[in-house]
Amino acid sequence: MRSIIIYIVRGITLVLAVAVLSFLLAHYSPVDPIRQYIQANPGVSQENVAKMAEYWGLNDPPMERFGKWFSSVLRGDWGYSTTYKQPVLEVIGIRFKTSLALMLTAWTLSGVLGFAVGCLMGVFRDRWLDKILKRICLVMCSIPTFWIGLVFLAFFSAILGWFPFGMAVPPGVPPESVTLGQRIHHLILPALTLSFLSFANLALHTREKLIDVFDSDYALFARARGYNDTQILFKHGIKNALLPAITMQFAAFSEIFGGSIFAENIFSYPGLGAAVSAAGTGGTDIPLFLGIVIFSACFIFVGNLIANILYQIIDPRTREGIKA
Amino acid sequence: MRGLNRRTSAAITAIVILAIIIAIYLGGSLLPDSALKADFSQKALKPSVDHIFGTDYLGRDMFVRTIKGLSLSLTVGAIASCISALIALVIGTTAALGKGLIDHAINWFIDVFMSVPHTVLLILIAMVLDRGATGVLIGIALTHWCQLARIVRAEVLQVRSQQFVLASRKFGKSPFWIAKEHIFPHVIPQFFVGLILMFPHAIMHESGLTFLGFGLPPEQPAIGIILSEAMSYISSGAWWLAFFPGLSLVILVLLIDKLGSTVRYLLEPREAQM
Repeated sequence: MRSIIIYIVRGITLVLAVAVLSFLLAHYSPVDPIRQYIQANPGVSQENVAKMAEYWGLNDPPMERFGKWFSSVLRGDWGYSTTYKQPVLEVIGIRFKTSLALMLTAWTLSGVLGFAVGCLMGVFRDRWLDKILKRICLVMCSIPTFWIGLVFLAFFSAILGWFPFGMAVPPGVPPESVTLGQRIHHLILPALTLSFLSFANLALHTREKLIDVFDSDYALFARARGYNDTQILFKHGIKNALLPAITMQFAAFSEIFGGSIFAENIFSYPGLGAAVSAAGTGGTDIPLFLGIVIFSACFIFVGNLIANILYQIIDPRTREGIKA
Repeated sequence: MRGLNRRTSAAITAIVILAIIIAIYLGGSLLPDSALKADFSQKALKPSVDHIFGTDYLGRDMFVRTIKGLSLSLTVGAIASCISALIALVIGTTAALGKGLIDHAINWFIDVFMSVPHTVLLILIAMVLDRGATGVLIGIALTHWCQLARIVRAEVLQVRSQQFVLASRKFGKSPFWIAKEHIFPHVIPQFFVGLILMFPHAIMHESGLTFLGFGLPPEQPAIGIILSEAMSYISSGAWWLAFFPGLSLVILVLLIDKLGSTVRYLLEPREAQM
């Protein structure tokens, strides 16, 4: 329990540091908040601009501005997004819900498949099946998300016509009459794209762990008792490989979030990742962008925290008071 | 490569890969810009013998564009990863040599950098620097040093506690002498391998950032630009516009990865495997 509390405190300092850092970066950026707000409206006089700067506290020193901004963030006022004409927190909430379906599907997919393929490689280690799969995984590690997304789109949507061209729902259909089947149909390609990278990483990692297990003395002893490799896998292998796999999968939250920016842009999926680039391109929406930065830091922290807690629940050796 | 020992064949592999990379770089910078002129009689052709990667909607040869893009990626990647590796070297060494508080502070700082997705951080830095080539360069340089800094730190700490370093210290050698004679020779190979392995990441992030529209300006022949252009033609079935340039990028990345592991094998034959 104590270690988790320390971990949470540490996480809070990290998020705070991220907030300071990103705020300062935004402060020194060439983006002029007043220009963003009035959107090149010629009817605003120089005098009013100066008044606005005074009212918004743009002339205050950066740390004072940060204090004001951060205290309102803590109170739940994350500012107003100029891109979506909505409060930032609302934008993040709605978009994150859409993203969550995508990220969760991709995450589960890559976790289950990656672990299964990793087990397969471990059992068939150094035989042809393992060699082929390992090659494929190593290549997959070097394939950027934005390219594989385009390739999927070109082959499965444009040439074969199996899947729609992106979006989360069919165009022109009112939201209440979209069926679950349609939603899933739209989700498959982006989810496959997003799961691509972490799948290969997890499979290779699981393979290494399993090979360690198969090389161990207890595996040798099991073999002496007449177990074959598959039985050793189920008796010892999965137990030992699952834990690092789970940790890795939770730690991959960062990758999934980063990848979702590409996947959602390619498939025009209306999630948080698409909002990141929209906040950057469409006139540089600083409040939304800062909100997303903080949100993503919290998101990743929660991922790592869950991994930490799960670790302690699953593996009694890591609990306190028991020295391994 | 029968008859050669593994070290020789590894050296040959490294030289061949290096030659390919240099050829791509030179090819891209020596090809005249006139090779990219629009030619509407050759519009949107599928891959053929004349245009092995096909042509785009302005009739430009995709192979020429790809080579130019890869060459640009190599330049950006090289500069960014060199800067980043230097940052890693300085920070990693400082963390290992400065005791207690400095070490903790640097570790915490690395955690801060790792607690935001790289892509988000990159976009933020690129935005602050008003996009363009400098934004990408500095963004990549500022986000990629973390892992290598940790490796350098661990390596320096490990060497520092070795018997021969303790012996030199007892003999009254200056810290500078110890650093020069003992620590650097041990850290440099690791550093070099780390630098090469950082390279593909840098290239990939550069194209990704450019793809999203925060990187190199659209008039540059970058791979990211090619891919984001191709995105608008995909629904019309022009798959080759995205397929071959991206594939070339993946192959380049794999080659550099292979170069990294080969160099590691050459520098530390006992620890590394081919």
